[in-house]
Amino acid sequence: MIWKTTEYAGWGQALKATGEVARPERQSDLLSLPPAPAFGLRRSYGDSALNSAGRVIDMTRLDRLISFDPATGLLEAEGGVRIGDLAARFAPLGWLPAVMPGTGFATIGGCIAQDVHGKNHHNAGSFCQHVTRMTLLQRGELVEVTPGTPAFRATAGGLGQTGVIVSAVVQMVPVKGAAMMVTERRAENWDEHLAYLDASTATHTVGWIDGTARGDSLGRGIVEEAESSSGLVKSHVPVATVPMNAPHFALSKPIVRAFNEVYYRRVPARGRTSVKPVGAFFFPLDKILEWNRLYGRRGFHQFQCVVPLSSAPALRAMLEEIANSGLCSPLAVLKRMGPGRGGYLSFPMEGYTLAIDFPNRDAARALIKRLEGRTAEAGGRLYFAKDSLAEGVAMRAMYPELPEWREEVRRTDPDGHLITDLVRRLGLRSAA
Amino acid sequence: MTDRTWIILGASSAMARATARALAGEGVGLLLAGRDAADLALIAADCKLRGARFAEVMRFDARNAAGFAALIERASAEEGELNAAVFVGSMPAQADIDADPGLIGHVVTDNFRGPAEFLHRLAPLLEARGGGSIVGIGSVAGDRGRLGNYCYGAAKAAFHTYLSGLRNRLGRAGVHVVTVKPGFVDTAMTWGLPGMFLVASPDAVARAILKAVRKRRNVIYAPFFWRWIMLIIRMVPEPIFKKLKI
Repeated sequence: MIWKTTEYAGWGQALKATGEVARPERQSDLLSLPPAPAFGLRRSYGDSALNSAGRVIDMTRLDRLISFDPATGLLEAEGGVRIGDLAARFAPLGWLPAVMPGTGFATIGGCIAQDVHGKNHHNAGSFCQHVTRMTLLQRGELVEVTPGTPAFRATAGGLGQTGVIVSAVVQMVPVKGAAMMVTERRAENWDEHLAYLDASTATHTVGWIDGTARGDSLGRGIVEEAESSSGLVKSHVPVATVPMNAPHFALSKPIVRAFNEVYYRRVPARGRTSVKPVGAFFFPLDKILEWNRLYGRRGFHQFQCVVPLSSAPALRAMLEEIANSGLCSPLAVLKRMGPGRGGYLSFPMEGYTLAIDFPNRDAARALIKRLEGRTAEAGGRLYFAKDSLAEGVAMRAMYPELPEWREEVRRTDPDGHLITDLVRRLGLRSAA
Repeated sequence: MTDRTWIILGASSAMARATARALAGEGVGLLLAGRDAADLALIAADCKLRGARFAEVMRFDARNAAGFAALIERASAEEGELNAAVFVGSMPAQADIDADPGLIGHVVTDNFRGPAEFLHRLAPLLEARGGGSIVGIGSVAGDRGRLGNYCYGAAKAAFHTYLSGLRNRLGRAGVHVVTVKPGFVDTAMTWGLPGMFLVASPDAVARAILKAVRKRRNVIYAPFFWRWIMLIIRMVPEPIFKKLKI
């Protein structure tokens, strides 16, 4: 059968859709399908991969590497190729994708559609800034899109609305080997945390933040800085699978507090430097398959915002509200971003980005709503890849190039065949 | 050992792709045979980039035995150990066969006659080399005729019997034959079919196949627990079985 009727969800499992899904095994299968939005491994948290009103296309079987030129580092691959596979195959040969998101299970198509960023955003910019060509299935035809055109800028971070991303050419960068030299340092509070991030000259810099610490310890965490390294390390493979949805208390307040305390103290006060496999540094959570089940049947939300550098005090106030709420989970990340962005709807702006998971509860949803309001007041922006709760009016105002995007999408998908639940919920394609 | 060459028949299928990719990682040479040349070219490119010594696209159509010789000739040009894995097959819905019994001819050709004739033409070459392996993909459907797909099952049963005999013959020359009986695998064949359970990924089946080759197993079920499921199904007495709808 071509179409399978099934329930499917975003990574947060809080938003779900039921509908018909096709999973082409070959490009010819894809070309014979009627137009529908495409998804990869659904690592976006909310509803950007969902279409409750129609059909969707699962691209995960179109995952072939097509060509690689060691003279230029240009790699062509199908949209369903996983970033982690690229890293595992090419790092031992001395190459890595220029930008990698926090999970190796993101597909190239997904990385383009969300214009993802990595721990090197302050140096390297966003994913699409390293894409030199994309092949889209647009109104039944294969179309090539190159940087510097409105079509490219509408596709980079364009939520799949300009066409199905069939394949792309990405720039790989030379690395020393399949290892990373990682330096971890404790940051005792917010000011120290920001100071470390501001002063970092490392290629990759990211901060883990203890979202339960309050008072003098507010904003404490671990700052990780990393450089590519040669060396012999074991391969980074999953060690366990979360077999079923966990009970609701699995990530309750005392457990998270205890976990964070241990996680913070694991790095000695003087700091430490170690050599890790590439995957262990870039995709730490991939070690546990289906970890989203830890949040239980009701799922979870991730709040991620970026605010301008000058709004750091506003971000501190947001963290204070989070810490006082006691709703935070262990997964919380603080990072300084550079200005690099590849498309009209790309998330990054120069400033600080904060990402925090919350279990899907009434109190957490209310908190996220308040944080969204604070983000808007701070002149910041929310991330389509993470969002599942924002209001269309507020969200649209955060993306000033939305009209340019709309114009291009109106041309490439005039009948709205590619509209997803996220685009519908936020009214991204309807003229304001 | 990198002087191994594998012929993959029906290389566009999901299980074949996963197997070819796993073999590529071991650095073997691949002759990827099938009908969809454009898709096979992508698979070949992928396998090369994942470590295959070489990966070439060849034509194989189970319904056109005249084309078999060219593939065998190409394989014979490779020195070292030769191996073949047969993933070809087709499974039209039983209702379609009931409406047009003429389809049975294709089912038999795709699942049994074509693969068997090819292997029979290849066998002397492997015998002469005194080594290598043949992997034949059968099906749990071939273990007992059931209401839902007994024409497909009958053709697979014929293939099982053929592989058993071939193993008996080639074992004397040091060539090993593995019969693989997959249960439900997450492929285009089972996508959206009702009643699927315990569906295995093609990658898991590929791993099981390569392990069976390494350990020189004779008949494997993939995943392994289908051995026990099929044992029970085979043990149901016929007077009862004929009334079941499973």
